[in-house]
Formats: sequence, structure tokens, C-alpha cells
Amino acid sequence: MRDLLRRYGAGLTAGFIGLTVFWLLILVILPNLTLFESSFRPYLPVVDIGGPKDVYSLGNYMKVFGAPVDASFFGITFQLPVHIKIFFGTVYYSALVTVITFLLAYPLAYYLAKIVSPKSLPTLFLLLFVPLWVSEILRSFAWFIILAFKGPLNALLLNIGIIDQPIRFIAGYTPVIVGLVYTYVLFMVFPIYNAIQSLDTNQIEAAEDLGSPWWRTHWRVILPHAKPGIASGSVMVFMLSAGSLLVPTLLGSTSAQWFTQTIQQWMLEALDWNTGAAYAFLLLILCTVFVSLVMRVFRVRLSDIAK
Amino acid sequence: MSAGIDLDDVCCDFGNFRAVDHVNVSIRPGEFFSFLGPSGCGKTTILRMISGFTEPSSGAIRIGGKDMKGQRPNQRPTALIFQNLALFPLMPIWQNISFGLEVRGVDKATRRKRAEELLALVDLPGAADKMVSQLSGGQKQRVAIARALAVEPSVMLLDEPLSALDLKLRQHMRAELRAIQKRTGVTFIYITHDQGEALAMSDRVGVMSHGRLQQVANPRDIYNNPVNGFVASFVGENNILPGDIQNVAEGMASFATPIGTFRARLGEGAQGGRAKLYIRPEHMLLSPQPGAENSVPVTVADVAFEGNFIAVQAVTENGTHLTAELRNDGAATVPATGSRMHMTFDAQRSAILPDSGAQPVGGA
Repeated sequence: MRDLLRRYGAGLTAGFIGLTVFWLLILVILPNLTLFESSFRPYLPVVDIGGPKDVYSLGNYMKVFGAPVDASFFGITFQLPVHIKIFFGTVYYSALVTVITFLLAYPLAYYLAKIVSPKSLPTLFLLLFVPLWVSEILRSFAWFIILAFKGPLNALLLNIGIIDQPIRFIAGYTPVIVGLVYTYVLFMVFPIYNAIQSLDTNQIEAAEDLGSPWWRTHWRVILPHAKPGIASGSVMVFMLSAGSLLVPTLLGSTSAQWFTQTIQQWMLEALDWNTGAAYAFLLLILCTVFVSLVMRVFRVRLSDIAK
Repeated sequence: MSAGIDLDDVCCDFGNFRAVDHVNVSIRPGEFFSFLGPSGCGKTTILRMISGFTEPSSGAIRIGGKDMKGQRPNQRPTALIFQNLALFPLMPIWQNISFGLEVRGVDKATRRKRAEELLALVDLPGAADKMVSQLSGGQKQRVAIARALAVEPSVMLLDEPLSALDLKLRQHMRAELRAIQKRTGVTFIYITHDQGEALAMSDRVGVMSHGRLQQVANPRDIYNNPVNGFVASFVGENNILPGDIQNVAEGMASFATPIGTFRARLGEGAQGGRAKLYIRPEHMLLSPQPGAENSVPVTVADVAFEGNFIAVQAVTENGTHLTAELRNDGAATVPATGSRMHMTFDAQRSAILPDSGAQPVGGA
């Protein structure tokens, strides 16, 4: 604080701090608090707002327990409220997306951190970043075209003779998974890259010198060292996937609802912001709980991720 | 169990840079062999070629008579101790030590037992469950040695492992390493730029410069009979006088220098013409009267009392600086600065050596 004052003077310092406070308080905290407050109030006609019916309750949150439908998980069929089913689908497929991005990102990150010569690293980073110059909407549409029934992927597979019937890729959650993996894979690559890069190459060589085959060196030396990076990448990819709206909307189908779409429907189609807010907080709280549980299982501390 | 190592005309190129240049040496089983040289002389490259991390560009490396071409580091009977030790910080000490056994599928109880035994061997009992970060520099050193010994290598390769330690600990670890080598009988190949370390520990020393092996000999011969100017000036201090070789006879020669003509021993490589005369400061005598031969009148310029010896800087009439180190036997008198004395040296304890290899060392 004193450094800031000395360097920039009173006027600029007040400006910096004022803008930061404005951003945090007015643009982040206040809207969230408003939504949080309204999530406990019923959705009422304007004349009733502030009237005797406008009381706090958990009613909006309880709506997830309505409307049971058939659900099946690993062959067991049971009744589940539709929104809970969607919620579990969202968490399950987000976790799947996280695992797939990890499987793709780890070898790539290792390759970038330890194998590529430093000279060609900037070129490779550029290649990784180029797709980000195109907007997420266009990229998702591109996948829609690639995966289409009469699209290029099916044409390619038919031509090289791997399949003799085109596959209906755009069905169920498959295109959503593909789209989310593609969109968020870099959020996994870079934390892991950073972690592996900080590993002393001598440790990898020492393991090999002691007779370790490559897979054991990864399992015992490189993976444990990269764990914080893997954890922060996973948390990011999972949270971003679970909170993604665009990709499920563009690439999903009616049989593949994402929980964010349910929130959007409450807010924009039912115009019931109160229930929408309640659902949004449910998603936030339950995802946070899920992430904390997984972190406990893998023995990752919050301070590891913050590094 | 130990194995000999043969380097047969080994070269190693990095692009246009020749890091190791036609090196030939046979290291005997159970020997403590040091490669000594300044940084960038190719000694670490030799170590990496023996351990398998770098392939020679030409020539062959044999360990125990077996050609190592194409063998990965995890297939070679060598264990490398890295300069920074490269212990695994996320494993407790006993797992560090037994990692090589874990790789070989040894069960946990046996591994633990073996780790304890090795910790006893390196004089570090009770450290099994500590983490690497809890140990001091010298203790980490011992763990690194134990970890390398655990895989029962035929050859131990050590890449300046003592350079990070302070002086006292370094001297202690020298003796310790030597003792461990004697106890286990494993062939040790030691890389260092510290001549004291190389001379004190090794059975034989190979002095390197510019990727070439300049001389391979036991420490005494390296110090007393260096083959060229590089070895003489890299190992220990010298008074160096340039001059011309005259009247060669029975390994001795007259040598004409700007401060007089001396009789001196002719080194192996020197035939005739321009060369340099090397005299160790401790072989210079300082006396009020001139000696029988090889004597120069000097003026004492500076005297430093170092404790176990007295360093005397003196200047000849034409301004050449000479150094003598006088052993302090308790009765030695310290000469006065400015006094006129004579410096004398024994012809047998000086050497006329060719210039080759004495150039300043550059490169990576």
C-alpha cells in the first residue's frame, strides 16, 4: 500500500483501488447477493412483490425434487426427479470430460515440457493457441459440421473403410463431450506443463539410471510431482464444463440436457428468476462439494492448487 | 562384483563441437578412477556416455568386456550419482534408496530391510522414514550413495558430487567415499575439476582438456611427472619459464631462459626447440648463498606466512617473478622483504615440457 502510494501518488492509487473495489463489489458481489436473496423468495406477479405472500422459503430449491422420470445407470433402472437426473448427468459427463482432457493433456504437456527443444517451443505454443483466436461459438458449430451425419468425419471413415454405415454422432451426450474436451483441453495442458517443467530432469534420468522403465518413472516420479498441476487443471476443466452453456446448447440434443440449460430455461423461458437463481446456487454449491470430495480422495490440498 | 570399463577411441560431437576427442582408456575392475579437468573439457560427457544418456559419435564403450552400444541407462550395470544428487523429494528416504529394487520387483519388506542395511553402511542409521528435505547436505550425499549402491552396480559414476558441500564436509566425505569404495569393491569413476579431490581419492587420474585425455597415471605421477604443460599447470602451482632446449643427454637437457641457463629433466614430449620449464614452488630453495647449480639471485618481494608453509615471492634482476614455498618445520626463519637471496632448484625436480595442451580452455 505504501509502495503503491510512493510509486503512483495519491490520485492514481485511489483510482486503482476505487476501480478494483467497484469491480468486486458492484459487478461481482452485489449481483450475486441479489440473486442469492431472490432465490429464497417465490416468483410472484409484480403487485404481490413485497406483499404477504413474499416470504423467504426453500421452495425454489425444493423444485428439483419434482417430476420423477425413469433413469438408468449401469443397467439399473429407477425413478429420479428430472432435474436431479440432469444434474447428475452434468456432473457425470463433466467428470468424464475432465478425465478425457487429462488423458490428452498429460502426454502433450510432458512432450512440451521435457522433450521438445526450447527452440521450437514458441511455434508449438502458437499452434495450440491459434484455435483460440476463433470464437467459441464458431468452434462449436465447426464440430457440429464435422460430426454431422453426412459430414466430413463420416465421409472420411466411410472412404478409408473403417465403417460401412455413417454413424449418428450428434446424439446423446457424445457431441457435448467432444465439444467440451476441445474447448477446455488447454486449461488442462498449461497447469500440467508448468508443473512438469519445474521438475528437475535429473530426477527423470536418475529413475531411468536406477533401472526404471518409462511407465514407472511416470507413475513414481513425474505424476506425483505434477499432481498440483493436474489438480488445478482438473478443477478448472470440471467447473468450466459443468458451468458451460454454449457447447451443450449448440451440440446437445433433447436427450442430452445440461443443468445450465435448465437454469437458462427457468430464467429466460419461464421468466422465473427466483427458481433460476436457486438452481444456479445449487449447481455452484454441489459442484464445490463434489470437487472438495474428489480433492480429499486424491489427497490434494487447496494450497497445492493455488501454487 | 565390479567390472572394468574400456573406452575405445571414443568421440562425441555436438553439432560442430567435438566434446570428446578420441579417448582411449581402460579402467580396471575395482579401481577408483577420476577424470580431472576444467569445466567444458568433456569429462561429464564421458560420464553420460558410460551411463548411457549420451551415445558416442564413434568408438566403443565396453563394461565388463560387453559392448554397451544401444543399451539404455536402465539396462546398464552402472549407477550414476548426479551433481545435484537428484533424490526424489516426494518419497521418504527408504523408498528413495530402494527405488531401484522396487523397479526390480523386490517385495516391500525386503526393500525396507535392504534400505536399513544401506543406511547403516553409509553411516546414517534411523533416517529411513525422514523426507529428503529434512536432511543436511552431507546426509543427502550419503542417501544418494546408498540409493546408487542399492542396485548393486558394477560401476559407480559420480559427477562432482561433493561440489555443493562446504570445505570441512567435503574433506570428510572424500575419506568416506574412499572407504565405501574399498568396502564394496565397486569400480568408481569420479568426475571433478578439483585437483585435490582427484589426487587424494583416486587410484588413477585421467587429466582432460579440450575433449582429449592428456595423461592417465597414478596421482603421484600426475603431480611429479606431468607429461605436458597443461597437466603441470592444471594440477598444482608452478614457476613457468619459457626458453630453448640445448644439449640433450640421458633425459636431461640444458635450458636457456632469459634469467639464465639451467639443467633440468626433459619431459616425455619435449624433443628440442621452444619449450617451458616447470618448477613447483615447494621445490624451490631459498638461501643466502648460491647453490651448486640452477641458482638465481633474487630480491625477496613479498612474504606470506601461511601456517604450514611460508610463501615467498621474489623478483630476479630482469623482473621475472618466482615463488618458493618453504615448509614451516617450526625452526624456519622468515626471510625479510627486500633481502637479496638465491633461489635454487634440483634438476631432477623440474621438468622441461612441450607447450601442447597448455592453451587456455574455452568452449562449452
